[in-house]
Amino acid sequence: MDKFETLTGIAAPMPLVNIDTDMIIPKGFLKTIKRTGLGVNLFDEMRYDRQGNEIADFVLNQPQYRSAQILVAGDNFGCGSSREHAPWALADFGIKSVISTSFADIFYSNCFKNGILPIVLPQEAVDVLMKDAEKGSNARMIVDLEAQTVTTSEGESFSFEVDSFKKHCLLNGLDDIALTMEKKPSIDAFEEKAAQARPWV
Amino acid sequence: MSGKTLYDKIWDAHVAHEAEDGTCLLYIDRHLVHEVTSPQAFEGLRLAGRPVHAPDKTIAVPDHNVPTTLDRAKGIENEESRIQVDALDTNAKEFGVHYYPVSDVRQGIVHIVGPEQGWTLPGMTVVCGDSHTATHGAFGALAHGIGTSEVEHVLATQTLIQQKSKNMKVEITGKLKPGVTAKDITLAVIGETGTAGGTGYVIEYCGEAIRDLSMEGRMTVCNMAIEGGARAGLIAPDDKTFDYVKGRPHAPKGAQWEAAMTWWKTLKSDDDAHWDKVVTLKGEEIEPVVTWGTSPEDVLPISAVVPAPDSFDGGKVGAAQRALEYMGLTAGTPLSDIRIDTVFIGSCTNGRIEDLREVAKVVEGKKVADGVRAMIVPGSGLVRAQAEEEGLAEIFEKAGFEWRLAGCSMCLAMNPDQLAPGERCASTSNRNFEGRQGYKGRTHLMSPAMAAAAAVTGHLTDVRTFT
Repeated sequence: MDKFETLTGIAAPMPLVNIDTDMIIPKGFLKTIKRTGLGVNLFDEMRYDRQGNEIADFVLNQPQYRSAQILVAGDNFGCGSSREHAPWALADFGIKSVISTSFADIFYSNCFKNGILPIVLPQEAVDVLMKDAEKGSNARMIVDLEAQTVTTSEGESFSFEVDSFKKHCLLNGLDDIALTMEKKPSIDAFEEKAAQARPWV
Repeated sequence: MSGKTLYDKIWDAHVAHEAEDGTCLLYIDRHLVHEVTSPQAFEGLRLAGRPVHAPDKTIAVPDHNVPTTLDRAKGIENEESRIQVDALDTNAKEFGVHYYPVSDVRQGIVHIVGPEQGWTLPGMTVVCGDSHTATHGAFGALAHGIGTSEVEHVLATQTLIQQKSKNMKVEITGKLKPGVTAKDITLAVIGETGTAGGTGYVIEYCGEAIRDLSMEGRMTVCNMAIEGGARAGLIAPDDKTFDYVKGRPHAPKGAQWEAAMTWWKTLKSDDDAHWDKVVTLKGEEIEPVVTWGTSPEDVLPISAVVPAPDSFDGGKVGAAQRALEYMGLTAGTPLSDIRIDTVFIGSCTNGRIEDLREVAKVVEGKKVADGVRAMIVPGSGLVRAQAEEEGLAEIFEKAGFEWRLAGCSMCLAMNPDQLAPGERCASTSNRNFEGRQGYKGRTHLMSPAMAAAAAVTGHLTDVRTFT
């Protein structure tokens, strides 16, 4: 996994609330057995008509947002299905951070496994960032994971919270499984104890 | 110090390692696997040369892509779907996990197969790369969906890296009125809390109306905990739970059963347990409900009218506007005037035998309305067999329903069972998102009884006044 340190990029505004993972990557694209190549189908049903032509007014089709690396989105982003294809598609498109007032639990956790930083901020802060994102490609937002801040193109800064373990993994691009494997003695000990206590499992 | 909730107790019994910052390795008792969210995880193991840590605790079954038409033995036409199902077949055999292939009568939706085969037991931790894993919470298990990276993590280590969620109690007091079911409870709760109301919480459902539900009904309630944003939903086990579990193929037997029962009976929240959030609904006030929009929180009693977007606040105004446009509805229209083209009865929410019995009660001796396509997709091969044995299948076929083989089918339409653009469906599934049941398809969620009534009348219908 790539390390996430500081990101300076264009932010695309998506004020719609409850953007679900079916919107982010419709089911037709879940049939892949790979993790890559989904960026072209990110937000497919909002982004293209049935002939495959781009829908001009969809935010990521607008010239100023085509290379966006940040999404500023409405409440409860990523709700619904657990499909990790959603962060795979976002990452493959080039999105590295999503900012909202809240995220669905599974999506939130899936982001960290794929080098994407989801940022939760209060409504007032998201409102300011949404306005900043609306300025288009002239505006560059800065996300600093180490300092835990988001800064608008005008220099207004907001601090965010992030779990220290998740932060550590993202900053260093660490692989969860390898980390857990180091704790194998604890897992083995637990299994032995559990086999005594709950032999029917 | 206050007492513990049921969630606290199951959590505590499964912590294999706790770091100083509170990050835990939670041990997983059952890992359910289906074909859509697992191929990349198995591939990851293969690339790293890792085995499955506990193949005996891993259960694989294809469900999302499988055709539900009677001719499915001829194979899957869509190449990508076929590759995905074949990949599960290869992976299950190569890694030596329990496996129910498409040809096995026990095959079905993973969340129906798990409980049916006795894999799901009280007090367990159960995960699956599928958000509706919450279903298994009905047994007093801690069950939730995970992403594919976590599927790989569980396959490799039988643990998950977790932070503990907060505790939320959802109490449904009193008795339900006739015509009101588990589906109405779970939708009404989401209508009350919103789809983000449960974010960060594990919900315990309790109260007389929950106790009164069958195991099937409890599974329906817990299944949709995720639609309320909760990590998991669970219900304390009781005699109904134990009766359901006893004798299932993978349930404990003999002395092990007795030992299990001793622990299982302790699996309830202490009276002085701490709750971070409490929601209470009166069972007798819950009406049969339907959804009108494109989020499960867009729920109203069938007696209501389509709401006006400006009756909402904040970001919901725009969302409601977009939803009405997508759904082709006008504010002020009585919900019961909405005509439908399709009826879908099935899914991990409502594809169990009791759901089918409810449908049979409503449609017996009646006909599906002209021009309505109505299908019933049992949740497993065994549910299908039981429905045939009880004579339900005959009632469905006489009424004009298509009687299908088991699978996820039109709940998410990854197989050929899809809505055409603009088609409107009365559905017993769990999500009414844009495009969920087919591109530009329009979904109204409701109970099996309500969907059955809609099939007969051709429009959304109050099952209480349906004769």
